[in-house]
Amino acid sequence: MKAVEQLRESMRKDRQWSFMYSMLDVDLDVSQGVILYLEDVSVSFDGFKAINNLNFYVNAGELRCVIGPNGAGKTTMMDIITGKTRPDTGSAYFGRTIDLLRLSEPEIAALGVGRKFQKPTVFESHSVFENLELAMAGDKRVFPTLFAKLSGEQRDRIHEVLGIIGLQEQTRREAGALSHGQKQWLEIGMLLMQDPHLLLVDEPVAGMTHQEMDRTAELLLSLEGKHSVVVVEHDMDFVRSIAKRVTVLHQGSVLAEGSMDEVQNDPRVVEVYLGE
Amino acid sequence: MGLDSVMKGDKGGQAMLAVLLVVAVVVPILNLVVPESSPWHVSTYTVTLLGKYLTYALLAVAVDLVWGYLGILSLGHAAFFGLGGYAMGMYLMRQIGDRGVYGHPVLPDFMVFLNWSELPWFWHGFDLFWFAALMAILVPGALAFVFGYLAFRSRVTGVYLSIMTQALTYALMLAFFRNEMGFGGNNGLTDFKDILGFDLKSDATRIGLFLASAGALAFGYLACRWIVTSRLGRVAVAIRDAEARTRFIGYRVDRVKLAIFTFSAMLAGVAGALYVPQVGIINPGEFSPLNSIELVIWVAIGGRATLYGAVIGAILVNYGKTYFTGAFPEAWLFALGALFVIVTLFLPKGIAGLVGMIRTWRRSRSASEPHPEVSP
Repeated sequence: MKAVEQLRESMRKDRQWSFMYSMLDVDLDVSQGVILYLEDVSVSFDGFKAINNLNFYVNAGELRCVIGPNGAGKTTMMDIITGKTRPDTGSAYFGRTIDLLRLSEPEIAALGVGRKFQKPTVFESHSVFENLELAMAGDKRVFPTLFAKLSGEQRDRIHEVLGIIGLQEQTRREAGALSHGQKQWLEIGMLLMQDPHLLLVDEPVAGMTHQEMDRTAELLLSLEGKHSVVVVEHDMDFVRSIAKRVTVLHQGSVLAEGSMDEVQNDPRVVEVYLGE
Repeated sequence: MGLDSVMKGDKGGQAMLAVLLVVAVVVPILNLVVPESSPWHVSTYTVTLLGKYLTYALLAVAVDLVWGYLGILSLGHAAFFGLGGYAMGMYLMRQIGDRGVYGHPVLPDFMVFLNWSELPWFWHGFDLFWFAALMAILVPGALAFVFGYLAFRSRVTGVYLSIMTQALTYALMLAFFRNEMGFGGNNGLTDFKDILGFDLKSDATRIGLFLASAGALAFGYLACRWIVTSRLGRVAVAIRDAEARTRFIGYRVDRVKLAIFTFSAMLAGVAGALYVPQVGIINPGEFSPLNSIELVIWVAIGGRATLYGAVIGAILVNYGKTYFTGAFPEAWLFALGALFVIVTLFLPKGIAGLVGMIRTWRRSRSASEPHPEVSP
């Protein structure tokens, strides 16, 4: 009888088969104020638990810092969000409705999750302006790209982003000739051109001078509210300068979460990380 | 998209097209109007030679489009050139009619010789010029599309892709060498009589083919410039420099590669179709892997990623080849090798980069010179 029950259940007229509709058609729903849900996520590589029962939420418009010692699972967490790594168990939702685990990397990127890698990669033989133009959200198929023309609106948008990342003076310069810090900003600019809802920024100030760090902090703070930003960073001074809420990862799960002061005074955190 | 916006900032290309226009006007006049006794007379032999160089130049432009701008080092582009050439050769064979050695009204000589009783199915339609011309573009395009679809979708890049293109042209050479293939075996297709009813041996036809080659080169150059100056061209360069990043931004890298590679193969096919009536023969030797490699050397010597550099390289190297193989037949390969070594060592941007190098050298020299008006 159980089989019949199951059959009846699956024949229900209002039943929605998950494979019948595309996740791409689903709108981002942040009505609960949360843009990213990672729940009970675990991943292991050859028996090593890189992520262990991780629960991690990011609010819409929030700037969140993630810290943790090497091997704490920071990069793996980013990989799961962007679709590069599939978790063994658990769920990952973008807004309330979009199941990230059913989407491919480019699909997730198209939905508005932008990621900046540690090592800056910009298109070296293109100008700063062209870098931003190529990254711009829009129809990226072959023929529309062949016939594409910049509208005044798009031009304004590029100049707006140039202003945000502070590279107006370098507009016509080849990206390959930029300094390390400028390349990092250009890459953040390229992310912004894709109009992302969620920005994942991996170690943005590695190898930067102090002045460049201050500029980067200003830049990231200016994004708060308009975009949700997750920053993974090792540099404690930098994290202190931008963070309102900090999440500490340790051995693949959340060890502590709260303001910088709370986290710093947490004895467990002191033990594993800050105390070193 | 107007002509001026496509050619904007391309000084070398403007100069190249201007020279091409002058040559296309002056050479026919010097051949047809100036009497043969005059030292200014250009012989029909030279006109045909120039026409051949122009088809090589178009082929080099096609290679530069995929190598210089997209970063795909194709070592098999002569295959597309050869296929275009065979399509034209088949048309020219059908035009011979009953004037062949065996006098068969339909079958080309080599088929009569092989005791074939009827035309193979793939030879039908090639008695029509428009069909042959279409096939000269579509067959190389279709091969490039299928090959590219499989290779780019599997993300084959770099040396591996180059080796595969070499294998492609080598396989075609072996196939076309076989008599059973129905393309004349190792003798290829030759003994052509006329094209569109014009006698291939007459001066006027030769001039016409020369002008068609010049026109095709100009058109091909402008088409490539148009692609390169479009946003798609900038995406291509982005793929060349940072493929994974381009994919991450949301471009379908495999599709972009496929589209440009296929277009380039079609251009190579056009070049081949114009080449065959001028040299009067097409045989499987055109598919030789060496040809494709030599072709890449033309582009390297002329200067990658400039398009006009490819034209300069193709014409210069082939002029050198004609001269050397006449004057010192043994020395040509050494000369080509030496030229390649010299250019790679001292002119990484090829001959096209020479102008820029001289300019910076002059500027640095004038900057280091003492300025008399500054000294007290």
